[in-house]
Amino acid sequence: MAVVFIPSLMQNIVDGRDKLSVEGSNVRQIIDNIDESYPGFKDRLVENNRIRPNIAVAIDGEITPLGLIQKVPNESEVHFLPAISGG
Amino acid sequence: MTTADYERNQVLANAEDYKVVGTRPVRHDGADKVTGRALYGADFDAAGLLHGKILRSPHAHAKIISIDTSQAESLEGVKAVVTHLDFPESDKDIVGTGDEATKLVWLRDNIMASTKVLYKGHAIAGVAAVNPHIAEQAVDLIHVEYEVLSPVLTTQEAMAEGASLLHDSLTTEELGYDTGKVSNTAEHIQHVKGDVAKGFEQADHIFEREFNTKTVHQGYIEPHNGTALWSPDGRLHVWCSTQGSFVVRDSLADLLNIPASKVRVTPMEIGGGFGGKIPVYVEPVAALLSQKTGNPVKIVMSRKDTFEGSGPTPGSNLKIKIGVTEDGTITAAQAWMAMEAGAYPGSPVGAAAQCVFAAYDIENTLIDGYDVVVNKPKTQAYRAPGAPNAAFGTEQVVDEIAEYLKMDKIDLRLKNAAKEGTRRADGPVFKRIGCEEVLEAMRDHPHYQSPLPEGQGRGVAIGFWFNIALDSACNIAINSDGSINLTEGSTDIGGSRTSIAMQAAEVLGIPVEDVRPSVVDTDTIGFTAVTGGSRTTYATGWAAYKAAEDVKKQIIARVADVIWGIDASDIKMEDGIITSKTDSELRMTFKEFASQMGDTGGGISGQASVKPEEGIGGSFCGNIVDLKVDPETGKTSISRFTCVQDAGKAIHPDYVEGQMQGGSVQGIGWALNEEYFMSEDGNMDNSSLLDYRMPTALDLPMIDTVIVEVHNPGHPFGVRGVGEANIVPPLAAIANAISDATGIRMTDMPMNSGAIVASDS
Repeated sequence: MAVVFIPSLMQNIVDGRDKLSVEGSNVRQIIDNIDESYPGFKDRLVENNRIRPNIAVAIDGEITPLGLIQKVPNESEVHFLPAISGG
Repeated sequence: MTTADYERNQVLANAEDYKVVGTRPVRHDGADKVTGRALYGADFDAAGLLHGKILRSPHAHAKIISIDTSQAESLEGVKAVVTHLDFPESDKDIVGTGDEATKLVWLRDNIMASTKVLYKGHAIAGVAAVNPHIAEQAVDLIHVEYEVLSPVLTTQEAMAEGASLLHDSLTTEELGYDTGKVSNTAEHIQHVKGDVAKGFEQADHIFEREFNTKTVHQGYIEPHNGTALWSPDGRLHVWCSTQGSFVVRDSLADLLNIPASKVRVTPMEIGGGFGGKIPVYVEPVAALLSQKTGNPVKIVMSRKDTFEGSGPTPGSNLKIKIGVTEDGTITAAQAWMAMEAGAYPGSPVGAAAQCVFAAYDIENTLIDGYDVVVNKPKTQAYRAPGAPNAAFGTEQVVDEIAEYLKMDKIDLRLKNAAKEGTRRADGPVFKRIGCEEVLEAMRDHPHYQSPLPEGQGRGVAIGFWFNIALDSACNIAINSDGSINLTEGSTDIGGSRTSIAMQAAEVLGIPVEDVRPSVVDTDTIGFTAVTGGSRTTYATGWAAYKAAEDVKKQIIARVADVIWGIDASDIKMEDGIITSKTDSELRMTFKEFASQMGDTGGGISGQASVKPEEGIGGSFCGNIVDLKVDPETGKTSISRFTCVQDAGKAIHPDYVEGQMQGGSVQGIGWALNEEYFMSEDGNMDNSSLLDYRMPTALDLPMIDTVIVEVHNPGHPFGVRGVGEANIVPPLAAIANAISDATGIRMTDMPMNSGAIVASDS
């Protein structure tokens, strides 16, 4: 199972928990599985079937460019972060 | 002239042994640049070329009641006038603008205001005429009726209760949650690690300060420009100065509601960008004017237009609080940061929040960031956007702690330094990073080890930038004379043609002088993201590496199948020599192969498109600065400045040193002089290079450099991008040196003579 770190501003959706162990082989499945237990979780992160443009997903510390289709190896850490740009 | 008894530009090289990588060849575009033959956007000419000018708002905040263009249109020599009404409607809501996204309506309204003007200099109408003078006259004949509103110019003003609102429907979002509260705060972000209250309880001492920074411009020498030709067949061709030709292509397609395949963008040479030349400004206006006239239309911004109508980096308000035990262990840190987005949402506060404590391994942290709209130009990226502002606060508080505890300032930083395995304040765990190695190189440098000259102060600081990857493409074709043509889509700002070419040359074992690198248009190369985010040498270099590997594989197959008739697994190609592993008689150079290529099956070309998914490898950078402050005038003179940065592997050390020196100099200007000096009604009072004081060579010492090479396992040569981290520490290092010299802790920027004198009184 992957360990999903819940952003502080979304912890109210998941009963105040800061981490969840979740089944799922890609980001989409992981978000769907959390949303099943905690409705509303997906809406915060996904818009038009894509990760919202101002949010980035990091798997084991690496920002993925693949969004929902990014594979998530077992026991990986998943973070949702503000998307950043460079100059 | 100063002399030094040590190597002023050091490379602490890692162990890899390369033939081309790590050397310092002459750049391929050097002759064109130094002889003035290189073509920039303003040089562009074409038959029937018209000249465009833009009417800009005289008010920082106003409703547009009406726009009357009739007089301008009737002026002899005027060929067309466009306003926001000429932009087509589109169903799209969110569009990409390089390495970020925004609402299409905000992007469009920033290029040409519709119902409101939100900053002085906001574009309202465009004119095309037979010469620039008539276009200027026509602009003056456009009559706009305004209802002037009061502006908000800082985050403090914009966030105050009852503040004048820029957007009637803008509500504050919190990671996808719409609070429904209409305000000038577009977004609130937060990172929590551990228990910050508990961490402060564990501290023996707590230090807390508030900091303010002003709006500053990237200061690229070449203003924005663009020429557009909208052909009768519906194809739009644009020539412009940009950090990302594909960004221009896709933005034009979105704004003009046409397929991207109908748009071709040719990047001209670029006279600096630093993040500010990622978005489009004049290109869509030139396109609409060309559509109306059928002629090519060129628009070149003036310096005033560039200051008032492009995208500076934000002013900000920060509160930093750090708790520490008696032995110097940081137990907790808290940051509250509000950053100006300018007229439309999108400040770099997210990046600032991820960088503010990145140099430290701290168990308990709380970071809040606010993206705030104000009546100034929409801010854009500027080298490590947001991170210098954040470091200005954090690194001063850390400095103050070291002074209080009477600890060496680098030792305190080393004691708390982030390392591989450190969990960052925003959550993820650092992979291999060079924070400790940079601090150690600073500590061991002759500058830090030297006694401080009398009457001077010394400051140190460290900073971090993530770097990004994104898409890059590269094509390579072998010529019969043994050279190769290399085409890429990354516009060359800092010598990247050569650093990309060197990576291909290393793989093929040929001299880099035998590579002909070209930056080509969007019809000619695969999608390539912006030259920004310190990604080009990393990601486009990776594409060049893979394209060269593709070529190498084809060469071996050709030699095996057609020339020697042996198995490909029996052949190796190293240092440009093709040999059999088992028969020493079978040997051929790359040049010999190239001369036979046509007769043995035809030309060979390779290509690669990459989007690296892991191993981007962030970079740390530290500064040591000595300076003196005139006690009467407050004038600061920097006498010695050393920049130490982790480059992973310096492909071309000259260019890495150039980035380090350039970032340092921009940081020095930001620290000591630069600011948008705003009047109460929102006018920038210093919108010329005479009054917006950037440092010149006469103001500065030689910047000493140390390239630290902590191999990035995520790149074939171990590269880490180096374009940005070097602007992060100078602001704080200079503030710390001023404090050391004068005892005055400067919490507001710029730290100019007047501010220092005022702080001393």
